[in-house]
Formats: sequence, structure tokens, C-alpha cells
Amino acid sequence: MAAFLELNNVSKAFGEGANRVEVLKNINLKIEESEFVAIVGFTGSGKTTLISLIAGLIEPDEGEILLNGKPIKGPGPDRGVVFQNYSLLPWLSVQGNVELAVKKVFPQLNKEEREEHIRKYISMVNLSSALQKRPKVLSGGMRQRVSVARALAMDPQILLLDEPLSALDALTRGSLQVEIERIWSDSKKTVMLITNDVDEGILLADRVIPLTPGPRATLEQVFNIGFSRPRDKALINADPNFKKERNAILSYLHKVGKQRSDQETLNIQLPDLKPQLVNRKLPF
Amino acid sequence: MDSKFIKTIKWLGLGFLEPLINLFQGKETDKNVRLVLRQIIAPVLSVFIFLGVCNFGASYLYNIEKERKIEKTRADQGGAAAEEMERCIDSGEASCKPNSLPSPGDVKEGAKALWADHKKISESKKAFKNKTAKINAQRKASGLEPIKYTGRPSFVDQIKTSLKTVFAGFLLAAFLAIPAGIVLGLSETLRSSLNWIIQILKPVSPVVWLLLVSMVIKTVLANSDSDKSFIISFISVGFCSMWATLVNTTMGVSSVDKDFLNVSKVLRLGVFSNVFKVILPASIPMIFTGLRITLSVSWMVLIAIELLAQSPGLGSFVWEEFQNGASNSNAKIIVAMFVIGFIGFMLDRIMMIIQKLVSFDNN
Ligand SMILES: Nc1ncnc2c1ncn2[C@@H]1O[C@H](COP(=O)(O)OP(=O)(O)OP(=O)(O)O)[C@@H](O)[C@H]1O
Ligand SMILES: [Mg+2]
Repeated sequence: MAAFLELNNVSKAFGEGANRVEVLKNINLKIEESEFVAIVGFTGSGKTTLISLIAGLIEPDEGEILLNGKPIKGPGPDRGVVFQNYSLLPWLSVQGNVELAVKKVFPQLNKEEREEHIRKYISMVNLSSALQKRPKVLSGGMRQRVSVARALAMDPQILLLDEPLSALDALTRGSLQVEIERIWSDSKKTVMLITNDVDEGILLADRVIPLTPGPRATLEQVFNIGFSRPRDKALINADPNFKKERNAILSYLHKVGKQRSDQETLNIQLPDLKPQLVNRKLPF
Repeated sequence: MDSKFIKTIKWLGLGFLEPLINLFQGKETDKNVRLVLRQIIAPVLSVFIFLGVCNFGASYLYNIEKERKIEKTRADQGGAAAEEMERCIDSGEASCKPNSLPSPGDVKEGAKALWADHKKISESKKAFKNKTAKINAQRKASGLEPIKYTGRPSFVDQIKTSLKTVFAGFLLAAFLAIPAGIVLGLSETLRSSLNWIIQILKPVSPVVWLLLVSMVIKTVLANSDSDKSFIISFISVGFCSMWATLVNTTMGVSSVDKDFLNVSKVLRLGVFSNVFKVILPASIPMIFTGLRITLSVSWMVLIAIELLAQSPGLGSFVWEEFQNGASNSNAKIIVAMFVIGFIGFMLDRIMMIIQKLVSFDNN
């Protein structure tokens, strides 16, 4: 039987000619229904590119992506995406942002049902007090939570989470990790979580799959995580198997990272500086 | 409450008053005194300097013009006539006043004269209305057009007419440019195929638009008794000024943040929702920047167009005064200049406030 989501030899490059960068090369991945998969990888390795491919926002150059055995044709609300940069519409309130999705996915709901649906998901991410606020006045973490609520409220078949918790402090992060696991086990949705935090992957996922560093990043090795559910962060942290898994993944990442940097010429990272006008307004 | 008050003031673009308010409340005296000096006293001072320079320039030109007039009289009519002329000029007699740049005092007198004239005309209008009220009621009952006041319009009437024309032109520009801009912004094919015509028409002078529009309107409305000069001038204003909005809307729509478009794509919003819920709100700031430019351009070209089209308004007022050549005509022209400038400034402020109200990124 075909897997729920299947990527066969997917490759993706950006740019033309001399500027062509092969970001992803020969990605093979099978995700079963209700499975929770975490992809960990270095920054710039192509994690967001992978999510965009599955979401249908970009098309692979080679290979195919099958959802329920059918090739995906463009994006759709059956795949809920939490974008890395939140992608909230700044002219809509928190409620409005979620509403846009809910209206589209559940057109049959009347106004009251719809509002209740929206409130349910917003309170799930603890943002009930910010219902009418604009994204601009929210903190980065709050925006991320709105984005999570929007994706969940669409009740998609698969949730694609692109580093959804990376902007959060450790405490909120912990509680949202619990939330994500609870939502996943309640709804039995398929989840693909992108993260740069190996611990988070181990805590949440059935399988942790490292993405090798780019260019030509690919998925080589799979780490099966066998902890029983529901998982308790404190218990797992104390479990010797946790340390073992963690070290295995980290040393694997270290190894592929080192291989890569040996091949690469020296890469100087420039600081991300932008000129800014401080407290100055244009006179007209 | 105070901070709210200050916020409102700032919002209205009157932020320069803030230090004065703070000073009255005795807050941070040193800093606020400096701010008051810089933001209030210095501008007020500059007004006086400006008036002084104008006064000096005007009297300088006046003297040159006076000498010339006396010399000319001497050459044409001899010494006695020249002395008579000099006496006449010095006595301030309006009939022999040299025609030169008016001084600030003259301008003030001109403004007063215009106001008095306006009062007089409104009086006579009122009287006319009272007189014809009965007849007009009868005419209306029997389905006839009411008798209208046909006297000379006052300066204030001219301002109203100009504002009416500029709003008609502005609305026309908005109605043409925003939808067209959205369509062009959405379709890259249309954009590249129509770019040449936009680039060519954009820099065309108001005068040419006026001629073009009147060529068309003359034929189209040949048999109608509508106000042709009004129609011609507002359409010309619209065509002159719509380009900023068209270009800005096109730019705004075609450069919507990719993140927003991704949201729309993932939700697979229909064309309608995509345009009205995502693309348009995202381009509102750009569209309004365009509209603001359009309104300023409308006001600027309106004066020239009215002047040429002989349609009533400030433009023709200026032109008539210039040709009239009465002793205070020049002063009235300068009054009109400041009124035009001030109204243009107010229009821009109003647009700025509306822009702040509707934009998501700067309120
Ligand atoms: N639209 C694009 N055009 C050209 N290059 C792109 C494009 N999108 C991504 N890339 C390149 O692909 C590579 C991978 O980018 P991607 O955003 O997928 O990385 P990532 O793993 O998500 O990084 P991070 O952890 O920082 O989010 C980068 O080198 C980036 O420059
Ligand atoms: Mg990324």
C-alpha cells in the first residue's frame, strides 16, 4: 500500500546558469497517515524549500510528490502550513486571520458556529485575550501561535510546521510542545515538523530525519524514536535512551556537517546590517 | 488624557505644538523652550522675514516702475505733465498707480476687497432669491426650470467651483486608475503590452489633454445643453492626474509580499477573495500614496486648465484679473496664489489623514 505522503527522488534547484544552486537532491521520504515526523537540519539547508514543495507552493524539478497516492497539483487547504515567518495578514486581527482560513475551508458554518470554531483554536494557543489585536502589536511568539491556530483551524489532513516554535522562550515552547503533541494525538493528523532543535524532534516525533547540509541536501538516515506516549518532557530528559538518541543524531549531524565544510571553500558570513533612520520622520 | 490629546494633535499633523503644550504644563522646561524656539518661534520669525523681503522687493520694483512712468510722461507730454504725474502717484491715486509687484500691504487690501466683494455679491444673491422665490415655486409647479442667479461670481464662489471641478476630476481619475491599475498589476502580459502607452501618455502636458478632451467633448456633447466647460475641465484634470494612481496601484498590486500570496495560495482563495481580501488590502498604502499625488496634481493642473478652458474657477479668476488691469488686480492675483497654495496644502493634509486611517502599516 502506498504511503500517505510520498516523495520520490525529488530535486529542486534555484537560479539559472552560473547562479544555479541545487538546494535539494534526490529526496526520498514516506510518511504514513497519523505519523509524526521531524526534519532537523542546519540553517539554509533547504528545510523551508522542502515544506514549500510539499505545500505545493513550488514545483520540484525532478521526481514526484504523492499525497494519498495522487500527485499534488498546487497548494490546497488539505495541507495546513505554519510558515516560518508567520505570514499573517497585517490588516486583519488575530480573529480575522483565522477567520479567512475557516471561512474558506468550512463555508457551511454559520456566523456563530464559525466564531466558536475560531475561538476554540485561538484559546488552544492561549491567545483569547488578543482576539481583536493586529499582528503588528503582537510579539514574535504570539504571531507564531496565531499562525499555528490558523493552520489547526483549517483541520487539514497534514500539518506542515516550519520551525513553529523557534521564536518562543523555553517555557512557552515547552507548553506548546505539549499542545502540539496533544492536538496530534487527539486528531491523529499527520504532522511534519521542521525544527533546528534536536531535543524537540525527539520529544515529539516518531521519526527524526536529519537533512544533510546544502547544497544538494538530502535525507539519508532515519532515527526511530520509540518512547511511549504521551511523552513527558521531564521523564524523557531523564531517560538514558534519550541521551543516546540525542547523541546519535547530533554526532550524525556533526559528521555530515564536517564532511560538507571540508568540501566547501571558506564561507564568510556577513552581518545582516541595514541602515536605519532612528527617530527621524520625513518632513513632508 | 493629555497624552491622548497630544496623540490626536500629532495625528492631525500639528505635532509642532507639542512642546508648547508641555511647556504650559511645566514639563522639562529647558528642552521644551528649545523646542518651542525651533518649532514655533523660528517659523513665525521666518514669516516676518518673508514679508519683509517681499515688502522690500515690492517697493524696489515700485520705484523703478514709478520712475519709468514719470520719464515716459515727460517724454510724451512734457515736464509739467510729469510733475503732475509724480504728484498723482505720491498721493496714492488709484488711476495713476504704477503697475508692479504688490506689497504685502497691497495684498492685504486686495484680500479685504475680495471679501467685501463676496459679501456684496452674496447679499444680492440673497435678495434675488427672495425676490424670485415665489415665481420659482410657481415655475416648479408648472414644470419649468427655476430662474437662476446669473450675476458675476464672487471669489469664494470661484473657489467653490474650483473645488467642485477638482473633486470631479479626482474622482474620475480614481475610478479610472484604480481598477485599471489592479488589472495591470495582476496581469504581467497586460502590463508589458500596455507599458508603452502609459509611459507616453504620462508626461503629456495638461494643455494638450485639454485640447484633446475638448476635441472629443465638443462632438459628443454637441447637442446637449450641459455645462461643457465644466465637463471638459474636469475630464482633463482627471486624465492629467490619474497616472500617479495608475502607476502606484499597478506597482502595489504586482509587488504584494510573497508571504501574503502564499497564504492566499495555501487557502486556495478564489480570484475575488484573493483580490479583495489579500491583494487590495496589501496595496492600499501604495494606492493611497498614488491618490495623494493625484490630488495634488489635479489641483495644480486645474488652475492652468480653467485658465485655458475659460471655465469658471480660480484659474479664470486669475486670468481675468490679469487682463483686467485694475489698480488692485495684481494684489488680487497674489491673494489667489496664496489661497490656491493653502487649499492645495489642506487637500494634501486631508489625504494624508485618510491614508493613515486606511493603511495597516502606519497607524
Ligand atoms: N526562491 C528562491 N530563489 C533562490 N534561492 C532560494 C529560494 N528559496 C530558497 N533559496 C535558497 O535555497 C537554500 C535553502 O533555503 P531554505 O529557505 O529552504 O533554507 P532553510 O533550511 O529553511 O533555512 P532556515 O533554517 O534558515 O530557515 C538557501 O541557500 C536559499 O538561498
Ligand atoms: Mg526555513
